[in-house]
Amino acid sequence: MSESAALLDDLLAGKHRALARVITKIENRDPGYRELVSGLYEHTGNAEVIGITGSPGAGKSTLVDKLAEHYREQGETVGVVAIDPSSPYTGGAVLGDRIRMASNVGDMDVFFRSMSARGNLGGLSTATADAVKAMDAFGKDKVIIETVGAGQNEIDIVGAADTVTVLVPPGAGDNVQMLKAGILEIADIFVVNKADMDGADRTVQELTEMVHLGQGSTTVDAGHHGFDEVEMDLEMPADTDPWKPPIVETVATDGEGVVDLVETFAEHRAFLESSGELTRRRRQRVAEEIRTLLRDDAAGLVADELEDSGGVGAFVDGVMSGDTDPYTIADDVMAPIRDCVEDQ
Amino acid sequence: MSTDQSQRSIRCLVAKVGLDGHDRGAHVIARAFRDAGFEVIYSGLHKAPDEIVQAAVQEDVNVLGISILSGAHNTLVPKIIEGLKEYDAFEDTLILVGGVIPDDDKAELKALGVAEVFGPGTPMEETVEYVRQNAPER
Ligand SMILES: Nc1nc2c(ncn2[C@@H]2O[C@H](COP(=O)(O)OP(=O)(O)OP(=O)(O)O)[C@@H](O)[C@H]2O)c(=O)[nH]1
Ligand SMILES: [Mg+2]
Repeated sequence: MSESAALLDDLLAGKHRALARVITKIENRDPGYRELVSGLYEHTGNAEVIGITGSPGAGKSTLVDKLAEHYREQGETVGVVAIDPSSPYTGGAVLGDRIRMASNVGDMDVFFRSMSARGNLGGLSTATADAVKAMDAFGKDKVIIETVGAGQNEIDIVGAADTVTVLVPPGAGDNVQMLKAGILEIADIFVVNKADMDGADRTVQELTEMVHLGQGSTTVDAGHHGFDEVEMDLEMPADTDPWKPPIVETVATDGEGVVDLVETFAEHRAFLESSGELTRRRRQRVAEEIRTLLRDDAAGLVADELEDSGGVGAFVDGVMSGDTDPYTIADDVMAPIRDCVEDQ
Repeated sequence: MSTDQSQRSIRCLVAKVGLDGHDRGAHVIARAFRDAGFEVIYSGLHKAPDEIVQAAVQEDVNVLGISILSGAHNTLVPKIIEGLKEYDAFEDTLILVGGVIPDDDKAELKALGVAEVFGPGTPMEETVEYVRQNAPER
C-alpha cells in the first residue's frame, strides 16, 4: 500500500494523527498531496461548513470557541481551520487563534488547526478548501473556517464555506461604511459581536438598513466566485424568497447570543437545501477547483517546456541583443504544447 | 510544476505548562522562532499536559518547546510524553524543554525522550540552530 493510501485509511478510520498529517501534506504541497485530496473527495459532502470572517480583533476566535463548545454539547464533532494570512513574506508567523480555544481544551473531538500563508496568499484558499475536505472526510459534523476579513484572498478563503458569517464590531457609526464591498456581498449572516459595548444598537440598525437597501448578499447574484456563466441553468425557482442576511448580536466572551446564532446557521442551512442554492454553490466551487487545477497544471507544463528549452535566461539574452523578441519566443516555446493539443 | 512545489515550514508549539505566571521567556522564544522563519503556535499560559498534547497532535508540529519554571517538570513532562505516545505523535516530534532544570533531572528527562534541555541564558541563536538541525521532516 502506498504511503498516501495508508494515511487515507488511517484518516477514514478516525485517527487524529492521520488527519493532522494529511493537512500538513496539503499545506506543504508535498508530492503526493493531490493523490490524497483526490482520495478524500468521495468521502466529503457531509459536513456543514461555516465561515467566520471580520476585522482583526472582532472576536472571531472567541466566538468560534463558544460555537464549538455549543456543538459539542449537542453531541456533534467540530473541526476548525484558523487561517492567518498575515506576515506572508518572512515565512515565519506566530499563530495565535488557538489561545482562545479555552472551552474545548483537551477535547480531541474539537480538531483545531492553524494555518499561515507561507508567502503564497493565492494558494491559501486552495489549501483551506482541501483542509476542510480532510476534516469533512474524517467525519466532522461541523467545520468552521476562521479568517480575518481584509481583501480578496480572504474572500476566496471563506468562499469554501456554505454559510459565510461576517463579524462587525460596534463602532462610532462608520463601521458599516468601512466594510469592504466584497466582504458585504458574500455575507449570509451578519454578527454584531461585542454587543456588550457602546454603539452595538446603532451598528445593528445600520446593518439592517443596508440589508434592506439590498446592498448585502442576495442568493442569486451572491457571485461567490464569479463563475456565474457555469450555472445559468440552476437559477433559483421563482417562488423561493431570496435570503436576506439576518443580523445576530453576540457577546462571545460570555456566550450570549450563541444559541441565536446557531439557530440562524440552521435556518440558512435549511434555506440552502430547499432552494437548491447549496447545490448551486457546490457546483460553482467544483467548477473553480477544476479551473484552478488546470491552470496550475498548464502553467507547470509551460515551466517544464521553458526549462527544456534552456531556461528563460538564454531567451532574455536573445532579446537584449536584438536577435529576437518575447512574442516570437512565446510562440516557439508553446509550439510543442500547441501541437499536442491540436493533434487531438 | 507550480502545484507540486513543496512549501514546507518548520512548525513549533511553544507551550507554557504549570502554574508559574512568567511567560516572557516563552514570548521571546516564540518571536525568535518566527524571525527564523518558523511557524509558531503559542499555547498561552497555564496549560495542562493534555492541552499541550491536543495542540501538538492537531497542529502536527515538528517541534514542541515546553517552558517550565515552576520546577514541576518531573511530573508534567512525562505526562505530555505519555499523551504524545497515545496518539503516535512521540516518535517524530522534537521535544525541547526550557527552564531551570537540575542536572540529575536533565538526564532523566533525556532518558524519557526529551531531545535537549535549554537553561536560562542559552543564546537564542543556539536554540534556533538546534531546531534547524534536528527538526524531524514531515
Ligand atoms: N467586550 C467584549 N470583548 C470581546 C468579545 N468577544 C471577544 N472579545 C475580546 O476581543 C479580543 C479579541 O478577541 P479574538 O477572539 O482574539 O478576536 P479575533 O477576531 O479572533 O482576532 P484576530 O484573529 O487577531 O483577528 C479579546 O480580548 C476578546 O476577549 C465580546 O463579545 N465583548
Ligand atoms: Mg482570531
